Amino acid sequence: MYAQMVETGTKRLKTLEEMSPEERDFQEKVDAETKIEAKNWMPDGYRKTLIRQISQHAHSEIVGMLPEGNWVTRAPTLKRKLQLMAKIQDEAGHGLYLYSAMETLGADRDEEIQKLHDGKAKYSSIFNYPTLNWADMGAVGWLVDGAAIVNQVVLQRTSYGPYSRAMVRICKEESFHQRQGYQILLDMMREGTQEQKDMVQDAINRLWWPALMMFGPHDDESPNSQQSMVWKIKRKSNDELRQMFIDQTIPQLEFLGCTVPDPDLKWNEERGHYDFGEINWKEFYDVLKGDGPCNRERVATRKKAIDEGAWVREAAVAYAAKQKQRAEKAA
Amino acid sequence: MTQQEALQEYLLRLADSDMILGQRLSELTGKAPAVEEELAVMNVALDLVGQARNWYEYAAELIDDGRDADKLVFLRDAHNYRNLLMVEQPNDDYAVTTARQFFFDVWHYFTLKSLVNASDERVATIAAKAVKEATYHLRRSSEWVKRMGDGTEESHRRIQDAFNLLWRFTGELVTPDDVDQAMFKAGIGPDPEQLKQDWFGMVREVAAQATLTVGEEDAWMYMGGKRGEHTEHLGHILAVMQFLPRAYPDATTW
Repeated sequence: MYAQMVETGTKRLKTLEEMSPEERDFQEKVDAETKIEAKNWMPDGYRKTLIRQISQHAHSEIVGMLPEGNWVTRAPTLKRKLQLMAKIQDEAGHGLYLYSAMETLGADRDEEIQKLHDGKAKYSSIFNYPTLNWADMGAVGWLVDGAAIVNQVVLQRTSYGPYSRAMVRICKEESFHQRQGYQILLDMMREGTQEQKDMVQDAINRLWWPALMMFGPHDDESPNSQQSMVWKIKRKSNDELRQMFIDQTIPQLEFLGCTVPDPDLKWNEERGHYDFGEINWKEFYDVLKGDGPCNRERVATRKKAIDEGAWVREAAVAYAAKQKQRAEKAA
Repeated sequence: MTQQEALQEYLLRLADSDMILGQRLSELTGKAPAVEEELAVMNVALDLVGQARNWYEYAAELIDDGRDADKLVFLRDAHNYRNLLMVEQPNDDYAVTTARQFFFDVWHYFTLKSLVNASDERVATIAAKAVKEATYHLRRSSEWVKRMGDGTEESHRRIQDAFNLLWRFTGELVTPDDVDQAMFKAGIGPDPEQLKQDWFGMVREVAAQATLTVGEEDAWMYMGGKRGEHTEHLGHILAVMQFLPRAYPDATTW
């Protein structure tokens, strides 16, 4: 789940009667689970919401490389280093793939990236937390990729065709990352020293709540969700997805022999789900606004990379123009 | 120096150069000039570290003192590293990163191309896989050298400065020592004379297309990596790379 609180621009839902014929036709297609493709008519709000959501998702893949880049140079074995490098490479690939899906909607990649650098576009709040020990590379894979998968598996059925297809491919790789991340933690818990086990618990303690925040605010605090659900951009609500994640993660946590920093967490026989404590929503909104531990560094690093790389991209464009000119002259 | 000692030494050179350049490239995570480059840089880094692992595993078998590939990477100090000085130079701006890659790739490509025919079967097998990757690396870095050299005024200036800056490390690529000679005589390593010719031939050709000038063959050259005398950079690279195994010596699994 790399998109949180995506603005839809609608105050209330329209009934079928209130819709124009085009809108009605579109909505009936969505209701019939027919995928919307780039060349199909779509409401402006649908297009804009998708651009916001897919670009957030793409930005998250790219910004998400930074907390891992913090440890790739310090990976402790050749195997772990190669795995982490491959994971980072996959994420760059996801970013590119998603930007392409976004461009099918008429958006421009450079413009959307500029919005990110100007602080106008969001990316997942989770990447504003620092990675402080090696076990974070396991915990990020397990919890962060895990939370992402819960959302993305559902998004494979999202109504927009190119986004849905991107999700199918991305989910396969994310599942692989999640298993790898879990294995890092499991190996340390089973065969590691006490210091290594402490690293694992420390990583989980720090990342648990931020991972739960990835699903966004409560449903009743999520004004845009309803419209997104009707458009079938979103398929399940924030709270539903969060509950799914917790239910599937706690048994894995117990298998590790670790705990989460939530005294209220317990199995509820009646509900058939885990109960859990309240998220610190002030922290969530602070991070979203830019006041998280690493917001400033993350955006500054991305901005610097693109700004300082401008001459490289310009060189490529200039060279291509010269080559074309030469080819034309020769012809 | 027996032939096996020479081979061990030679394998460590190949492994260490791949490893340190892979490490340098991975420092660029999230910092490349375009998303496409993030992908390409990490791809090259991944190939290099993968190749390094193959060379280290063979070296560890020959050395046979209980150290495995990981111990060779994470528990040797700088003076025991045998990488070329070129690959330990900092990323600096992207022109330096590109020039470093290009000079290395030309050397790497011709070296591996020759190692494919090595009398040592294991070397030939590892090289056969590696040369395919190195062919792509060389094509990519050559293309960037041309784009920068024949791109804008600024890019031309930057890549020319980078060529000038790094030229002093190129001598080590093509100046054979006893180990290189021994490997050639054993039918394993490339003919040093041929390698030198090939390296200059390719570098001059690409530079000409890129409208760049290259330094003199007899310019002063900074050498020493192959015998463990490095620039100041390597110690810092290792301090980062080896941090965990050094800080937690009792940890046997990660």
